[in-house]
Amino acid sequence: MFESLSNKLEKAFKTLKGQGKITEINVAQTVKEIRRALVDADVNYKIAKQVTEKILNEAKGKDVLIAVKPGELLTKIVYDELTELMGGTVQQVKLVGDPAIILVAGLQGSGKTTFCSKLALLMKKQGRNTLLIAADIYRPAAIDQLKVLGEQVGVEVYAEPDNKNAVEIAQNGLKYAKEKNKKVVIVDTAGRLAVDEQMMDEIARIKAAVKPSETLFVVDSMTGQDAVNTAKAFNDRLDFDGVVLTKLDGDTRGGAALSIRSEVNKPIKYIGTGEKPEALDLFYPDRMAQRILGMGDVISLVERAQQAFDEEESKRLTKKIRQNKFDFNDFLSQLEQVKKMGNLKDLVGMIPGAGKMLKDVEIDDNAFKPIEAIIKSMTPHERGNPDLINPSRRKRIAAGSGTTLVQVNNLMKQFEDMRKVMKQMSGMQGKMPSLPKARR
Amino acid sequence: MGFFDFFSKEKKEKLDQGLTKTKESLFSKITKAVVGKDKVDEEVLDELEEILIGADVGIQTTVKIIKAIEERVAKDKYLGASELDIILKEEVEKLLLTKDKAGTGALELLPGTAPYVIMVVGVNGVGKTTTIGKLASQFHRMDKKVVLGAADTFRAAAVEQLKLWGARTGVPVIEHGMNTDPASVAFDAVKKAKEIGADVVIIDTAGRLHNKVGLMNELTKIKRVIQKFIPEAPHEVLLVLDGSTGQNALTQAQEFSKATDITALAITKLDGTAKGGVVIGISDQLSVPVKYIGVGEKIDDLQLFNTKEFVDSLFSREKK
Ligand SMILES: Nc1nc2c(ncn2[C@@H]2O[C@H](COP(=O)(O)OP(=O)(O)OP(=O)(O)O)[C@@H](O)[C@H]2O)c(=O)[nH]1
Ligand SMILES: Nc1nc2c(ncn2[C@@H]2O[C@H](COP(=O)(O)OP(=O)(O)O)[C@@H](O)[C@H]2O)c(=O)[nH]1
Ligand SMILES: [Mg+2]
Ligand SMILES: [Mg+2]
Repeated sequence: MFESLSNKLEKAFKTLKGQGKITEINVAQTVKEIRRALVDADVNYKIAKQVTEKILNEAKGKDVLIAVKPGELLTKIVYDELTELMGGTVQQVKLVGDPAIILVAGLQGSGKTTFCSKLALLMKKQGRNTLLIAADIYRPAAIDQLKVLGEQVGVEVYAEPDNKNAVEIAQNGLKYAKEKNKKVVIVDTAGRLAVDEQMMDEIARIKAAVKPSETLFVVDSMTGQDAVNTAKAFNDRLDFDGVVLTKLDGDTRGGAALSIRSEVNKPIKYIGTGEKPEALDLFYPDRMAQRILGMGDVISLVERAQQAFDEEESKRLTKKIRQNKFDFNDFLSQLEQVKKMGNLKDLVGMIPGAGKMLKDVEIDDNAFKPIEAIIKSMTPHERGNPDLINPSRRKRIAAGSGTTLVQVNNLMKQFEDMRKVMKQMSGMQGKMPSLPKARR
Repeated sequence: MGFFDFFSKEKKEKLDQGLTKTKESLFSKITKAVVGKDKVDEEVLDELEEILIGADVGIQTTVKIIKAIEERVAKDKYLGASELDIILKEEVEKLLLTKDKAGTGALELLPGTAPYVIMVVGVNGVGKTTTIGKLASQFHRMDKKVVLGAADTFRAAAVEQLKLWGARTGVPVIEHGMNTDPASVAFDAVKKAKEIGADVVIIDTAGRLHNKVGLMNELTKIKRVIQKFIPEAPHEVLLVLDGSTGQNALTQAQEFSKATDITALAITKLDGTAKGGVVIGISDQLSVPVKYIGVGEKIDDLQLFNTKEFVDSLFSREKK
């Protein structure tokens, strides 16, 4: 039901064609689209506003590269901003102390118990002697649940089914862990609402009693606007060290990640990607940014295009295209640049819509080989003056490149077509010149 | 279109002072702003829009509500605060149904069904089992004979959890243990209910994300197997939504509808600060009424959905 952001941005940028710079006027509509996209993705509306204002400043006055559409460039700016906001780098749980103690807290049903067992499995795989403590004394069968999960992952669970004091259980569990020489202790706690004063007090007391080296706040990735309130309340009370985002195997855009990060400035460390104990991943801010923006791989395309096409070269080319002087030397250098961008099939697949359109067309990097061979068999003079290449020269080129006359003729025809198209396009926005049709 | 400039104002510093600072009812602020005017001005609409978006109503539905209010005001004119209040609430309430397609309201059983079969579905951790425990208690207190079916055979200790709820009200729980076929548990529960002349049978199912095709098919299968025994059953498919869920709830509702034809909604965890505004769009688009709300973890923390109260709570930031 969501239109992808890049689509919307392309629409918004219709008005921008012919302009070489991003200005406030032409981004106003776009910024609004970005705001909507963020709110649609459940980013808190106030945070969406802050973010887009920052992006606006960032974008103003930027040159639009020939290689990239302005909409894509702006998308890239948004993406970079979100990635940075969500933490930039990957972070893991820090294990300090003997044993290292990890306290897990969050709302009801957010995925705490499941996460505890996932983390326990991870610790065990790293060769650490681990203990799980069942400190949820409220939810029916919560202790049983942790016991079953502990057994599944092969990690011992400390529980006191008859004790009605969670703080005491946590303390006793810790004592037990020390006796048994455990290296990591993970404390599962009951779900609680931030407005439940008694329960918030309980978790604060558990924290004070066991002094964890790491307190993690577990939150459902499907959470909406309220995520900021909850995160803030838990952070005020617990000053947690990191966030765990669960249920990302769903199709939510997960704007809560951005809201929480901006609100409490604590790193997101892990993500849950399924119900099984193995379904735990590190958090990659760049992937999350893409997910929130709902724009597939446009970003990677833009990024690679930016790396590959240096700006000077682009300017030189634009000029030549305008003057209709684009020749085989330029074509060859374009080919080189496209090859630098990586596998052609991947590239085409990343262009929204193109994947479907071209799905029957066989494209691979070998498609370039005959083209390159043909161009390389031309003399430098011929390359600079394509109009010179008459039938007899074509015959010679075919022989020299080990191709057929038909292939050479095809290339010549396609090159001409391409020059025409490029000339038309050069009046509009900067765009990557399209390559001749690849071999069938 | 210009009638509604989403996020157009940069002027609401007062709101930006702190995200979570509790405030007086925002609604009273709005109404102050409109007294004596005969047109809803942009400032008011902006404020309204922020309240609705902040309550997870979503952009699409928010635009719809605001447009309706503008049309009403243009036609009827309004005199003051109290009238905008009324118009606004009426427009939101219009989008919220109260009865399901069969005309059955909350805690009502279709006559002549015995047993009336309720199947409870939803994504992970939303509160299905808890809601079932609460419902069982309510029906029990209405002197209805209740049977529960433990068809969540997947999540660790899920059967045990339902059995504990059953024990709290003294209601029988039909179970085959963990990791068994959920459809045959459901079948047995319905069969048992019929045998002992129960009025209502409630089937718990494992939480599942709606984008998992295999698990959604499993739900369809459970339903089909129940129908082998009672062709009209399940009479009610209750989708449980977590009140703090954002726009994804819409997709949840759509997908669960496809797999099981949901007939009613329950929204849980409304005892927190989340507003659950996303159900307005769901109720409107899918024509499914909200029947119950969960307001706590205790057995009595289930309330019948009341559109007026719900709408009131949307516009008050502070929890009583
Ligand atoms: N699909 C999916 N389900 C998950 C994930 N993490 C947890 N769950 C499920 O979400 C539900 C709730 O998880 P729990 O681990 O019991 O959550 P909790 O926070 O301990 O819940 P309470 O103790 O009831 O507050 C269960 O059905 C889990 O299987 C995840 O990453 N993906
Ligand atoms: N505060 C609050 N917690 C709830 C409510 N309904 C359920 N819960 C809690 O949410 C968690 C998940 O509930 P459960 O019934 O196991 O969810 P299920 O996985 O959908 O069956 C449990 O900790 C419940 O106690 C509610 O209305 N308010
Ligand atoms: Mg738990
Ligand atoms: Mg359950």
